[in-house]
Amino acid sequence: MEYLLNPWPWYVSGPLIAIVMALLLYFGKTFGMSSNLRTMCTIIGGDKFSDFFKIKIKDYRWNLIVAFGAIIGGFIATQYLSNDSITDLNPATVTELKNMGFENSGASLVPNEMYNLEAITSTKGLLLLIIGGLLVGFGTRYAGGCTSGHAITGLSSLQKPSLIAVIGFFIGGLIMTNFILPLIF
Amino acid sequence: MKYIKFLLVGIFFGIVLTKSEAVSWYRIYEMFRFQSFHMYGIIGTAVLSGILFLQVSKKGHLKSIKGADIFVPKKDRGIIRYIVGGIIFGLGWALIGACPGPMYILLGTGVYSMLIVIAAAILGTFIYGVLKNKLPH
Repeated sequence: MEYLLNPWPWYVSGPLIAIVMALLLYFGKTFGMSSNLRTMCTIIGGDKFSDFFKIKIKDYRWNLIVAFGAIIGGFIATQYLSNDSITDLNPATVTELKNMGFENSGASLVPNEMYNLEAITSTKGLLLLIIGGLLVGFGTRYAGGCTSGHAITGLSSLQKPSLIAVIGFFIGGLIMTNFILPLIF
Repeated sequence: MKYIKFLLVGIFFGIVLTKSEAVSWYRIYEMFRFQSFHMYGIIGTAVLSGILFLQVSKKGHLKSIKGADIFVPKKDRGIIRYIVGGIIFGLGWALIGACPGPMYILLGTGVYSMLIVIAAAILGTFIYGVLKNKLPH
């Protein structure tokens, strides 16, 4: 039980993520968590603005169900499968973040400095979440997939476009973390 | 009832990503600072296992639930959309510390502010849909 409640090591987690991909392929679907954003655009009437959203919602309902399951999974993991252990970060990371104004790094899954009520009711905090969400939503559709669609499914099936996309993900991530975040915080 | 299997896969996915800390903003930060092997280990072993599964299913002709071959659709050809779209995605990923899967999962763990991010991501996808034909791909 202790093994289940502690954070799971990477060599267990990676293969389990591959099982998610394998199960969806077995069910005749493709693993890609960003497609449901497009489905939601269609649901709220996006098909009136672009042919890109003229899709049959019924064909993509499974994808929304997976996303809904993921929400429940997050709830179960934190409520019933957790012992509130702190994320075992590199001490250098913790010091670095402290110097940028982030306290108690690793005690929660996301920093309070960005996600608590005080942060999201400040102009800067609200803007950061909105800009981040816009970048993810726009970028993932432009690139035709996200971490699950390109990094896991695309690389597993040895596709060159996915390799290019993943290289892009890393260039963007490195720029944000190393050059832009230090300017923001 | 045919949707219950998708609900279960989603729940399993949510549990795995939470327990592996792949939904942690800090783990993403650490990865892009090259200060930990954790995320590289997760993505690396996921891809290796995935390659193994797809090769075995090809050789052994493992069939899907509907009796068809296990099949991953081919991505469209192109370079610009993948590199530019990828960079834009990466900037957002590292800022909010979550990609589309973890956005939902984090909501389930009690990070309700993630609703703002999800709404913005839907808007971002909408903007792409409207501009699609004007963008180089």
